[in-house]
Amino acid sequence: MNVFLQQLINGLSIGSIYALMAVGYSLVYSILNFSNFAHGGVIMLGAYFGLYAVNLIGAPFLGAIIIAALCAGLVAVTLEKVAYTPLRKRNAPSLYFIISAMGASIFLENIVIVTIGPTFKTYPELIDKTPISIGSLHVSRLDLLMFAVAAVSLILLVLIIEKTKVGLAIKACSYSSRGSSLMGVNVNRIIFVIFLLGGLLAGVAGMMFGMRYTVYPQIGVITNKSFIAAVFGGLGSLPGAVVGSLLLGVIETFAVAYGESSYRDLVAFVLLILVLVIKPSGLMGKVTEDKA
Amino acid sequence: MYFDWYYIEGILILVGVNLMVVLGLSLLTGFTGLFSFGHAGFMLIGAYVSAICSMNFNMPFVLAMIMGAVAAMAVAAFIGTFTLNLKGDYFCIATLGFGESMRLIFDNLDYFGGSRGLPGIPMKTTFPVVIIVCVIAIVLMTCLIKSRHGRNMIAIREEELASQAIGINVFKYKMISFVISAAFAAIGGVLYAHYLGYLQPLMFQLTKSTELTIMVIFGGLGSIGGSVVGAFVLTFIPELFRAFSTWRLVIYGAVVVLIMATRPQGLMGGYEFTDFFRWIKRKITGKKYETPALLKEEGEQS
Repeated sequence: MNVFLQQLINGLSIGSIYALMAVGYSLVYSILNFSNFAHGGVIMLGAYFGLYAVNLIGAPFLGAIIIAALCAGLVAVTLEKVAYTPLRKRNAPSLYFIISAMGASIFLENIVIVTIGPTFKTYPELIDKTPISIGSLHVSRLDLLMFAVAAVSLILLVLIIEKTKVGLAIKACSYSSRGSSLMGVNVNRIIFVIFLLGGLLAGVAGMMFGMRYTVYPQIGVITNKSFIAAVFGGLGSLPGAVVGSLLLGVIETFAVAYGESSYRDLVAFVLLILVLVIKPSGLMGKVTEDKA
Repeated sequence: MYFDWYYIEGILILVGVNLMVVLGLSLLTGFTGLFSFGHAGFMLIGAYVSAICSMNFNMPFVLAMIMGAVAAMAVAAFIGTFTLNLKGDYFCIATLGFGESMRLIFDNLDYFGGSRGLPGIPMKTTFPVVIIVCVIAIVLMTCLIKSRHGRNMIAIREEELASQAIGINVFKYKMISFVISAAFAAIGGVLYAHYLGYLQPLMFQLTKSTELTIMVIFGGLGSIGGSVVGAFVLTFIPELFRAFSTWRLVIYGAVVVLIMATRPQGLMGGYEFTDFFRWIKRKITGKKYETPALLKEEGEQS
């Protein structure tokens, strides 16, 4: 029972970081209808920004996370301007968006390899490593912090989407961007906002992930799991992305705890196939039908 | 500059290997409009299955090649059954997961050498073999594209709903395209395995899949000639600039974004070499030239 609870906590904390990644990806998908494969690159840069904020400026944890988030947000917005705006202006099919995203992700990953180097870097000890004991359970402070940071960021996001005018416009655009532009919504600005929000979350996720493990240029590959989590929860649905990520985190952790650790990444894929067979639209996805 | 035929031959064999996979991807992405991030996975299956066939079962090269292709086709049919009739980017993400998990599975299978790799594969891939295989592949692919089945695939790429409405079995043709492209990728893997004589799952990472897709895009979507040019140029040029090899992928990424922003049809999207010959002929004889059907760019994005 103890092992069970322990693993549940581990799973939730890693799942909450997947959720931060998956939400940023889902936001873009819900409006532009394409998989933003460059999201992993933004997350990776977020981890590096946080690292340099700590190492060069000596920023405290909170300061570093804000710097990482802001810089990653800037990268995401720039990316949108450089890689996607020309395509949007031409009304290009989503295939071209995916290709462009893929190119951008390769570019980001390798520019870091060339300039900073392919070596693994670790964060200095920012928070106390001694675990907190609750009864017979030992919970690492970092895990709790990860969960808390993710929860706060997601709550802020929900507040923005539910309580502000911009959020209303985002929701309108996710139903029909053409329709909302006819109603006077500035779709270009909304797309700017979603990339900014996604980028901010990516920065936070990248830094937390880097603190938990290490920082290296291929960190973006971990986003593959958040893509899978998003499919699991239903593409384009924000609550779906969160639930899918948490579930994926928990299932993965249990698979490692009670099974073969080398098959950890395989679990995600088996889960993906199962979901696609049983409920193709994901747990909470809207059913997308082509309209003639 | 010092040129060694042995060295050039080696690069040309690699061009052939890439060309096989790129031809398969070209059918899938360029002609059917589906996007795969997992073709390195099919390469891996072809490579490993054929290597085991020729090492442990002493099969002749052709038979080993067929075995590799058949294995990849079976896996493609299995994956395709679940993912091909889904809307949106589900298929794309499923192939991504497939490619990575193939690598992980082979990393853990001791029969195939695990992550230590599989040495001692007979080196049966020679230059003439590669030439023969590639020429056969290009001819077959051209025949397929020009046939009724190829035209159905192009129709699906252009407008899925409309092609369904006029009676094309969309799922069936997507499946045919996916399975054939997997077979091509597997044969590329077979040639690769029997050229290097050594296999390791790390050779078939996600980067490999994206590199191959970039070759298709660079050459031009919807053009077999373009695929040949793409595979040739993007395999040869990095070899000539070995010194800048770390910058290679940086430039790849930037070039892809640039191509998409300025000329999304790639070098020769929608055109074939025969179109150029026809164009030159028309220029000389002075007749009016009809533009071939270009890859349509304006799409519905609701």
